Amino acid sequence: MPPLRNGVVMTDIDIADEMLAALKNWVEAEVIPHASEFELPDEYPTDMALQMADFGLFGATIPSEFGGLELDNMTYARVIEELSRGWMSLAGIINSHLICAKLISKFGSDEQKLKWLPSMATGELRGCFSLSEPDSGSDAGALRCRAERDGDEWVINGTKMWVTNGEKAGVVALLARVPDGEEENSGGITCFIVEKTPGSESGDGVSISRKIDKLGYRGLETVEMSYVDHRLNHDQLLGGDNGIGNGLRWALSALELGRINVAARGVGVAQAAYDAALSYAKEREAFGRPISQHQAIAFKLAEMATKLEAARLLTYEAARKADAGERVDLAAGMAKLFASETASELALDAMRIHGGNGFSTEYPVERYYRDAPLMIIGEGTSEIQKLVISRALLADD
Amino acid sequence: MKVVVCVKQIPDPALPGELDPSTNYLKRDDKLILDESDSYGVEMALQLVEGAGGGEVSLVSMAPNNEVSGLRTALAMGAEDAILVSDNALAGSDALGTARVLAAAISRLSPDLVLAGVESSDGYTGTVPEMIAGVLDIPSITFAKQIEIDGNTVKVQRQTEAGYDDVECQTPALVSVTAGVVEPRYPSFKGIMAAKKKPVEELDLSALGLDESSVGQSGARQETVRVTEAEERQAGEVIEDEGDAHEKIVEFLGELKIV
Repeated sequence: MPPLRNGVVMTDIDIADEMLAALKNWVEAEVIPHASEFELPDEYPTDMALQMADFGLFGATIPSEFGGLELDNMTYARVIEELSRGWMSLAGIINSHLICAKLISKFGSDEQKLKWLPSMATGELRGCFSLSEPDSGSDAGALRCRAERDGDEWVINGTKMWVTNGEKAGVVALLARVPDGEEENSGGITCFIVEKTPGSESGDGVSISRKIDKLGYRGLETVEMSYVDHRLNHDQLLGGDNGIGNGLRWALSALELGRINVAARGVGVAQAAYDAALSYAKEREAFGRPISQHQAIAFKLAEMATKLEAARLLTYEAARKADAGERVDLAAGMAKLFASETASELALDAMRIHGGNGFSTEYPVERYYRDAPLMIIGEGTSEIQKLVISRALLADD
Repeated sequence: MKVVVCVKQIPDPALPGELDPSTNYLKRDDKLILDESDSYGVEMALQLVEGAGGGEVSLVSMAPNNEVSGLRTALAMGAEDAILVSDNALAGSDALGTARVLAAAISRLSPDLVLAGVESSDGYTGTVPEMIAGVLDIPSITFAKQIEIDGNTVKVQRQTEAGYDDVECQTPALVSVTAGVVEPRYPSFKGIMAAKKKPVEELDLSALGLDESSVGQSGARQETVRVTEAEERQAGEVIEDEGDAHEKIVEFLGELKIV
């Protein structure tokens, strides 16, 4: 029986190290040399996703009783960091899937868990998470997608934006507003599990209305989804009647862990940018010596390494707190804020050190530079993190 | 079908190695990892058993300090269990001493097939597999690129300079697997978790019934007399194209037997 701390199963550190070593071998052999071949033409890396399924990563945080690996937050953060060091989009392939799974495993009924989690753990069934709308992002409470009861069914109407993996998903954790006076918690935002046919033509009133072209985070689909009179059975209401009005609170709690994930992505991208800058600075010569021997570059490398280390420690500390069952709003907010900004700064620093070559698609730093802003914006912008942090600091005990 | 794979655990080639000046042997005090050239044998064994729809893959290894890290990697790939022979008296074993030890461990398992890499990535003698077959008095086939089991017959495509030969022999047999002929799988995370619980039987010389004088430094008939630094790689030849560069390149590749 693995050790438990406050109900969280702790991953054996030796086993975690071996997992990370196996993942590192794969990232270095298969991901780093080929990422740009998929990223630049915005092509889905099918073989990489299959290998991630073979590793078991689609079940990374799903409880073992449903066939998942049930990794602790620290190990999962390290996995995300390593994937992102290779190519940040790979973290996206599993992240929204696991947010969907987390909502089901934490708040779903026993029947709902048994219905969806085992096939999600293998990656056979893909999940995604759908909160944002064209006019509601940070202001999640302003969402307009509606769910109206019709006998034993719910009828969904609305448009959702920024749905990562929306096309490949067979289940969507969808946040929709239930009309006033419906139940005790009337008027509240509620989470439903939409079942759909994977692909661009889902049918039954669910459609992928647009594939969003993006600056970075390419290779995996981010889509706009439309719901027109889409009918759900009552048993697709997450958590049953108890779920009515609780959707936003539940989603935000799942996103709190998502922030550690995005922080870990930031650390991975920052590490990749730093590694590229260091190696280039040692090789590239100017004025008769490697540019790393010029203090302007050496000091930049020193600053980069220091920020990278700080970002990693903040992220690991937030993960440690989550594993210890402590409150993580403050720690996760700080980690996400700092690590995402660090990734962005280091990507630009790496580009400066590479000079003209950094601007070329022949070197990977331009990809880090394009990927980094996603982390500043996604799962709560830096401004939202400052709000979260300051509220936690100023809260009365 | 029972397949035994010989696996060597070696110092990580990514880290700078060091020789023991008294023996001229590589120091093996730190963590050892699975020799990549043996990962092909492990993969081949797993594919054979999966293809046969049943069976078992066991590992045998000889390593100092009860080292199991490399074995755990092969167990995580899917092998069932392992025998590790570790004994201070084994230090300084030559190829024949190593073969005697591995043969004694293998004979406890009565396998249908024994697989090994063609040569290890640290020692490179390339003789241990055939010596094991000699000690066990079973047939051996070298340089396999493909293996098929048909009843009691092992059919092997044996790689040659010109292509391959079809070779057959009866089981039990030993086959050495050429590096690169299969793609070793990455261990799944569940495999890594499970490997921790898989049985590794640790044996010393007395458990194997071997005499100290036949193995280790005392039994070694091979001695590393002298070690010299490898020559630094010379800069390549630059061919200026005066209209005949392509011919010179073709000639060069021909000398290397690449074309």
